Amino acid sequence: MKILICLSNVPDTTTKAKFVNDNTAFDTTGVQWIINPWDELALTRAIELKSDAANSIENITVITVGEKDVEPTMRKALAIGADDAVRIDAEPTDAYFVAAQIAEYLKSNPFDLIFNGIESADYNGSAVGGMLAEFLNIPSVSAVSAVNIENSQVKIKRDIDGGTEEVTSELPVVAIAQKGIAKEPMIAAMRGIMMARKKPLNVVAPVEVEALTGIVNFELPQPKPPCKMIEPDNVKELVNLLQNEAKVI
Amino acid sequence: MSVLVFTENWDGKFKKISFELVSYASKIAEMLNVQTVALSIGDVQEDELKKLGNYAADKIISVNNDKLKNLDNQAYASVIAQVAEKEGAKVVIIAHNNTGKALAPRLSVKLKAGLGAGVSKLPSSVEPFTIFKKVYSGKAYSNLVIKSDIKILTLSQNSFEFEENVKSPSIESFEPALSDDLFKTTVSNVQKQTGKILLTDAEIVVSGGRGMRSGDNWSPIEELAELLGAATACSRPVSDEGWRPHEEHTGQTGKIIAPNLYIAAGISGAIQHLAGISSSKCIVAINTDKDAPIFEAADYGIIGDTAKVLPDFIQAVKELK
Repeated sequence: MKILICLSNVPDTTTKAKFVNDNTAFDTTGVQWIINPWDELALTRAIELKSDAANSIENITVITVGEKDVEPTMRKALAIGADDAVRIDAEPTDAYFVAAQIAEYLKSNPFDLIFNGIESADYNGSAVGGMLAEFLNIPSVSAVSAVNIENSQVKIKRDIDGGTEEVTSELPVVAIAQKGIAKEPMIAAMRGIMMARKKPLNVVAPVEVEALTGIVNFELPQPKPPCKMIEPDNVKELVNLLQNEAKVI
Repeated sequence: MSVLVFTENWDGKFKKISFELVSYASKIAEMLNVQTVALSIGDVQEDELKKLGNYAADKIISVNNDKLKNLDNQAYASVIAQVAEKEGAKVVIIAHNNTGKALAPRLSVKLKAGLGAGVSKLPSSVEPFTIFKKVYSGKAYSNLVIKSDIKILTLSQNSFEFEENVKSPSIESFEPALSDDLFKTTVSNVQKQTGKILLTDAEIVVSGGRGMRSGDNWSPIEELAELLGAATACSRPVSDEGWRPHEEHTGQTGKIIAPNLYIAAGISGAIQHLAGISSSKCIVAINTDKDAPIFEAADYGIIGDTAKVLPDFIQAVKELK
C-alpha cells in the first residue's frame, strides 16, 4: 500500500497576522513556517501504520504545491519519517488550483491512501481533500479521527454532526484528518534529520489551471471593548450582567 | 435560476442551522432577484418540510432514497449537483459543519464553482461576487472574489441572525440518478451522542483549562453546564493530559465554536485557544492571573480561583431559576 500526505506550509500557530501592500499580502517578516498541524498528525499516523509490518505499507510520500521556499518544511516531513517528497512548482493560488495540480500528478502516480488535513491554518478552506477526491472520482471521508488497516482494508472513524461512524472504503480513498488521528505529532530525531537530506525531493512542473477565487484584501478584527471586571466575591453581579446586560442566559 | 440551499435534518427534524441557511440563502436570492430552493435529503414529513417556508424558501425539493441513509460524500455531492443543475442554481449554500465541509469541496469541482468557506455575513456585492471570511484561524478576515459562474458558500453556524419571513413554498419530490459506482464506502457502528448538547450546536459552552488543576475537579464545570443547558469544553493542555476527551478541545486545532456565551474557567487564553472561540458573542473569563491574555478577548472577567468562583457561580445561577 502506498500512502500520500498532502502538506501545507503554514505560519506557526502562534503567529500574529499582519499584512503588507495595502493589506493585500500576508506579512512574512519573522514568520516561522511549519507543517500544517493536521497534516503533521496525518503524517504521524501514516508512520505509525508503516511501522507495523503487517500493514504492508511500502511507501509514504508527501506532496506540496508551492514555490522553492516551502522546501524546508518538506524536509521536516522527510526528517520525521516520510520516504520521499514531491513539490509541484507553483504558487498555491486557491484550493481548486491546488487540488487540480495534485489530481493531475496522481493520475500518473497512483496512491492507495491519501491524507489531507481538515483545514490549513492559513486560509481555513477545508477544501483541498474533497476537491482532490472529486477530481479523481474516488471516495473521500471527512473529519477522520482514526485510521486502521485490518486485513488490507482501511477502517476509518469519522465524526458526524452529533456522533461517530466507522467507515470502510474502497481504495484509493482520501481521508481528511482532524485531531485525534494521532495522539501527538512525531518529532524528528537527529538521525532522521541527517537522512532527510538524502531523501528524494522531486520537483514537478504545474499544469495550467485557473483559480476560481481571488483575495481582494485582508482586514484585522475590530479591537474589542475592554473586559468588564467583576469582584471575585460578587459572582451574583456577573450572573446579573449576563442576564440583563448581555442577555445570554 | 435560483439560490439552492442544502438543509440537514436529524432523524427527520431540521437542525437550527438549516433555518439559518435558508434565511441566509433567501437574502442572497433577493440580491440576485431569483428564487430560493431548499433541498432536503432523508425521510422528512411534509409538516416538517413546510417549516423551511417560514424562512422564505420558495420551493422545497425532497429526496428520500434508502441508498442515501448514510452520508456518502460522493453520492450526496452528486445529488446536490443534480438538483443544482435542474434548478439552475447560481449560488449553493451549505453549512460549515462536518457534513458541509465534506460535501462543498466535492460539489465545487462537480459544478466548477468557486468555494467561499466559512462565511458569516452576506456578500458585500454580487457583481463581482465578493464575500468576507475568516482567515488565519480568525486572526484576520479576507475579502474574497468568487470568479466562477456558480458559487458555493459554507455558512458558519450561529453566525447569521436569521429571521422569519413566511412563504408557502411548493414541495416537490425528486428521484436522483444514483448509479452504484457512486457508493464506495460502507458505514458501520454508528454512535450518536444522545441526550447531550453538541459542542458545535450549543448556545452556551462552559470550558475548563489547566487552572482546574486536575481532571477530577470537573464536577463544577459539569454542574454549571447542566444548569445553563450548556455543552462542556476544554483547552488543549487539558485534552493532551487526558483529563477530558479530545472531542472537547476547543481551539485552533480542535473545535472552532461560536456560541452566544463562552465561559472560560482557568484558561489563560493562548492565541491558538482564542482562535477557536473568538467568534463567541459573549466571553466570560475566570482566572487567577490578571495578565492572562484571555481577559483581552473576554467581555466579563473575574480574577479569582475557579475552585472558589465556580461554586459561587453555580449558586447564583440556582438562585436565578
